[in-house]
Amino acid sequence: MSNTEIKFSEESLALVNKIISRYPQGKQKSALLPILHVAQAEFDGWLSAPVMDYVASILNIQPIEVYEVASFYSMYNLKPVGKCTLEVCRTSSCWLLGAEDIVRHIEKKLGIKDGQTTADGMFTLKSVECLGSCGTAPMLQCGAKYHENLTLEKVDDLLDNLRREGNRKTYLDKV
Amino acid sequence: MAKKLLLKDDHIPGINTYEVYRRQGGYASVEKALKQMTPDAVVEEVKKSGLRGRGGAGFPTGMKWSFLAKPPGVPRYLVCNADESEPGTFKDRYLMERIPHLLIEGMITSSFALGANTSYIYIRGEYFYVSQILEKAIDEAYAAGWLGKNILGTDYSLDLYVQVGAGAYICGEETALLESLEGKRGNPRIKPPFPAVKGLYDCPTVVNNVETIAAVVPIVNDGGDAYAKIGVGKSTGTKLISASGHINKPGVYEIELGVPVEEFIFSDEYCGGIRNGKKLKAVVAGGSSVPILPENLILKTAAGEPRLMTYESLSDGGFLTGTMLGSGGFIVMDEDTSIVKNLYTFSRFYHHESCGQCSPCREGTGWMEKILHKILDGHGTLKDVDLLWDIQSKIEGKTICPLGEAAAWPVAAAIRHFRHEFEEYVKNPSSIKDVKHYYRLNNLQSELA
Repeated sequence: MSNTEIKFSEESLALVNKIISRYPQGKQKSALLPILHVAQAEFDGWLSAPVMDYVASILNIQPIEVYEVASFYSMYNLKPVGKCTLEVCRTSSCWLLGAEDIVRHIEKKLGIKDGQTTADGMFTLKSVECLGSCGTAPMLQCGAKYHENLTLEKVDDLLDNLRREGNRKTYLDKV
Repeated sequence: MAKKLLLKDDHIPGINTYEVYRRQGGYASVEKALKQMTPDAVVEEVKKSGLRGRGGAGFPTGMKWSFLAKPPGVPRYLVCNADESEPGTFKDRYLMERIPHLLIEGMITSSFALGANTSYIYIRGEYFYVSQILEKAIDEAYAAGWLGKNILGTDYSLDLYVQVGAGAYICGEETALLESLEGKRGNPRIKPPFPAVKGLYDCPTVVNNVETIAAVVPIVNDGGDAYAKIGVGKSTGTKLISASGHINKPGVYEIELGVPVEEFIFSDEYCGGIRNGKKLKAVVAGGSSVPILPENLILKTAAGEPRLMTYESLSDGGFLTGTMLGSGGFIVMDEDTSIVKNLYTFSRFYHHESCGQCSPCREGTGWMEKILHKILDGHGTLKDVDLLWDIQSKIEGKTICPLGEAAAWPVAAAIRHFRHEFEEYVKNPSSIKDVKHYYRLNNLQSELA
């Protein structure tokens, strides 16, 4: 894949330019994190090297400046993921209220282990650190949406619904 | 009924919209500050209020503001820390989601006080949907003339933007946050220079927590003296507490500082007691970083005084018998909880979140996680417990930022107060299997059988 094949849609490009305008002249690198989110949402849910190079060219910075950021933050995927990434919180309060059960249940139901993607490319399971939803534990995030006060039945319903909808969930989705 | 300042209108339908917020008296602090006060007068009220940083450190906000350097011709910035990531803490998310205009109003009034003409709200990436709520509120505030050029016809102008992070606890540390806002890895900077002198883009910058900035609204409206009358001693005003764990009524509560811990846990006005009729075992009172305390020490100080929800009372006894108010992330554990396993989730968290700059933290957090894993796997030795203690003692005070302390303190406190539990796991590994590690969800046993 060469860089020429990778290009933001007009809608995304407008958003990217709006984001860049928030920062003082010459400080456009500040826009890197939000723009990587836009890129990840547009280019199949992950950041390939050509995508990162493309973002670097937009911001007029070196590719390495993008790689070092993309590899630091946990929300950027550096390899392909399923259409729906199920991010189950596993830290203290969620653990106290059964997060491990949620993970095991999803593993069993989807036939994958934590960190893996289903063969049909629909789901990726990823246990994550505290998502700030401790009062509504246990919970998981899928795209922009928080699914809270989970029970095993609610997880079953969620998986069914996500499969039925069938589209990719991103952090940029309107909730 | 306790006095509420931030959540007083939380029950009103539509308070998340501009119209309803304004009808309830919203944006009065901006009018008052811009039309009747000088920036210094606003700073003075905040000083008088005794407000302390609500993100966790508890540093006096007025004093932090007064440190801001004001070299001529150099822009100053106010940056709101909405990176809320301390396990057990979800109050800022609640506030931003339910009453977004309170934060916007606080940002305008505070930016005026500091002489900032561009301000940013840095919000953790996982709260992306909340950033959309804030952006909508900001658009409404621009449309109504509270943001932009010559606000209310004065010569004060302000632009306010939201920046999303991308998943990194460390970005809650203010210099890491500034690095991230500049589009870099969240590696904390060496201080000094402090952000007040050299912050965002090397310009003087104040970084304040969401709740701190929201509290500026009632302080300007009612005066710093009125705010200071609420609370006990140097713990003035109200505080949002995020209550979670094995309680009947988890959620965000605005308390007047000074409520007894026992009342907070057991009264129906707050947590409503321990769920399923269980007994209280332990509490992490101020987010994952602060020392865990067993039931007897969280309800009463070592001297037998009732423990109060204040900065001073919670830290009474130092770390030997006390803890900290921290971020107000209040995690309650019942009698069946495995303290060792809970600690493991904390240590795994800090290992995951260490930025890797300082060896004691980068290596130490990994060791602690591994040793706890070994103990929980039934392969621990008594020496491992001593080794854990040794490692945590060699992280504290030896790192650029406080993540080192934050990782070390929970380990130290768990061993200090629950050493017997670690030793039981080591001496009798089969007991680990019998321990009810966590609350089991309905029907689980049969489903997983």
